Amino acid sequence: MAAVQAGLPVRLESIAGELPLPVFVGITNELEMRYPNQPLTNESQSHILGSVAGSAPRPPADRPVLRHPDTSMDKLEAWSPPQSPGISPPRSPSAYRSYPYGAQRNGTDTLLVHDAKVPGRPSVPQENSSPSHYSVKLQPEQPVITRVASVERLVERLEVDYSDDPWRITEEQREYYTNQFRSLQPDLSALIMGTVAKNFFTKSKLPIPELSHIWELSDVDKDGALTFPEFCTAFHLIVARKNGYPLPETLPATLRPGFVEAGVVTAPPSEATLPLIVFDENMMPGANQLKMGSVDLQGTSRPGVTAKQEARDESRKPEFSPKRIPEPHEKTIQHVSTLKPDSPQELDANMKSRTRPRSYSSTSIDDAMKKVEEPPTPPPRPQKTHSRASSLDLNKLFQQSGQGSRPSQHSLSAKSGWLPPPPALPPRPPATQIFSFLPGSEKSSQKAVQQPNFADFSKFREEESSLRGLSTEDLTPPKSESTVVHQGHAPQKPVRRKLHPESQSATPPSATPYSAATLTKSTQRPPPKQKREIQMAIRKNRETNAVLTRLNSELQQQLKVVHRERVTLESQLELPRPVTST
Amino acid sequence: MNCPLYIRSVPTQGELKFHYTVHTSLDVVEEKISGVGKALADQRELYLGLLYPTEDYKVYGYVTNSKVKFVIVVDSSNTSLRDNEIRSMFRKLHNSFTDVMCNPFYNPGDPIQSKAFDSIVSTMMVQAC
Repeated sequence: MAAVQAGLPVRLESIAGELPLPVFVGITNELEMRYPNQPLTNESQSHILGSVAGSAPRPPADRPVLRHPDTSMDKLEAWSPPQSPGISPPRSPSAYRSYPYGAQRNGTDTLLVHDAKVPGRPSVPQENSSPSHYSVKLQPEQPVITRVASVERLVERLEVDYSDDPWRITEEQREYYTNQFRSLQPDLSALIMGTVAKNFFTKSKLPIPELSHIWELSDVDKDGALTFPEFCTAFHLIVARKNGYPLPETLPATLRPGFVEAGVVTAPPSEATLPLIVFDENMMPGANQLKMGSVDLQGTSRPGVTAKQEARDESRKPEFSPKRIPEPHEKTIQHVSTLKPDSPQELDANMKSRTRPRSYSSTSIDDAMKKVEEPPTPPPRPQKTHSRASSLDLNKLFQQSGQGSRPSQHSLSAKSGWLPPPPALPPRPPATQIFSFLPGSEKSSQKAVQQPNFADFSKFREEESSLRGLSTEDLTPPKSESTVVHQGHAPQKPVRRKLHPESQSATPPSATPYSAATLTKSTQRPPPKQKREIQMAIRKNRETNAVLTRLNSELQQQLKVVHRERVTLESQLELPRPVTST
Repeated sequence: MNCPLYIRSVPTQGELKFHYTVHTSLDVVEEKISGVGKALADQRELYLGLLYPTEDYKVYGYVTNSKVKFVIVVDSSNTSLRDNEIRSMFRKLHNSFTDVMCNPFYNPGDPIQSKAFDSIVSTMMVQAC
């Protein structure tokens, strides 16, 4: 792994130096192999990226560890920024992005190709697409690969910014932060008060001194409130910290509010790559949808997703990305919605989880989300027959997620007030499995639609364990919360559950590969019943979450009041003292 | 009640003595602020000035509007420190303290663990010495 990682950086750097290729350059030669014919330098570079990305995923294949992918991801991400400016369509970036989205669509959290969980084989075949569709191809292929590889990579990528800099905010992250900010404060130009921000960030389960330090770093105007850039900075620091990055002593240049703002502004334009831009655009709508928590989105997203997947082979990038974005959103929404019937109701906590785009948020967020979710009343985990989940150790999943395993994140959504983990988490194979299940279970048309997407992953699916399938299910289910989604996959349980399966699936990427058929069978058989049960459980959990959230906020208020009283009393005590002493 | 939120001394060997000095100086501070009838809104009133000189050192006091007291103990041999310099030091301390207070994660009454605060204090102490 280390070698691979080291190799990746080397590659990435070399690539970056040449051209602003998609981030995926890092993956190594595989991409190059794949796109040997790319006449354009860009393309070739993108090839390299793709190959690098492909290779990256591969090496880590045996390591479900997130860390490795992180490094590779980081490298990849680093590349993406330079590339986005327009070089050959940043396949990788879009690919990555699409992957997460795609994964979400398919219910697979696997982020990106980078996670070489699955051997790069899928990518290889896919890369043959024409150079023009280079980027597109990469995406399709990469998605496959990434799917297999694992969502972790993507998540990691998300977590880590491009430019080899974990302190740079990626577009997906920015979208995510924007949504989170909106959940706290609809007006993007207004401030988030200190107490509000404190409650929000406390959900991340970071120790208070660290949160205090993060606040100090991000509140540059020292006004006790956070502007949007400051909020992005703080959130990003939290995300980084949750992923294991030590907190810096001073604010990195890339996180300064001025930079953050500029980044926001410039990011979209700089994203020459269509996919990226599209993503952003799509994300927003998706995000909005998420907020609405409308199930409809899910339905719509699904078709879009499937379309995307199909179009992948073409130069659909632009379409692809848009679809992907909504897809992830929808997925997130689905999760969220499932957990909380009315996303709008939940307040900040809920909003956060809902608006959190699964795909966008980095794994760290997912981790944070996971952690946040955990504190809230943990819904009864395996309520329903979780054919897949049963084998999973949900607790482990949580832990894993907490450790930064992105994979399971996507499913987390909704439960806790924290944002649901970004969808792109679980390793690809799981996603593929899920997809495979879907086809098998023939749930709804949506599922069917997804199937085509899954087809690509079918090969991976076989390998993946049923767990993955669960995770993918989670992804897919969110989409059609009311629909069959749950059918095939037992794990419709509360969002938490999804996380578990995912996380678990992530952990054992090479887990015992359950035959997809087996899984599908089990899942399919009682789909309707399970679905209903799961839905009910989800609703219950949501309600519980809502209640707990309210309770928590009330307690916080009381705590503040008590604090004030205490300070007042202390000062009062001091006053009379001089009298007595004299 | 009177536990120090933050205490720092440059020559760390004699730290305990400074702890004691600061604690005893609190009486003087309270005495000064109790005697003030008007509201302590004035900067000048916040700055209490030389609390009492001893053979080895001088103690300066400053109190905020929320009755948080700052005490600076300087070596008597350090004659280069003038009153306005002490005032500026207190002003910086007050600003840093306000920044710490602005942090929603900081609970009033907790020991100050802010690194920014530490760095400002260190800089100040280095300048004074």
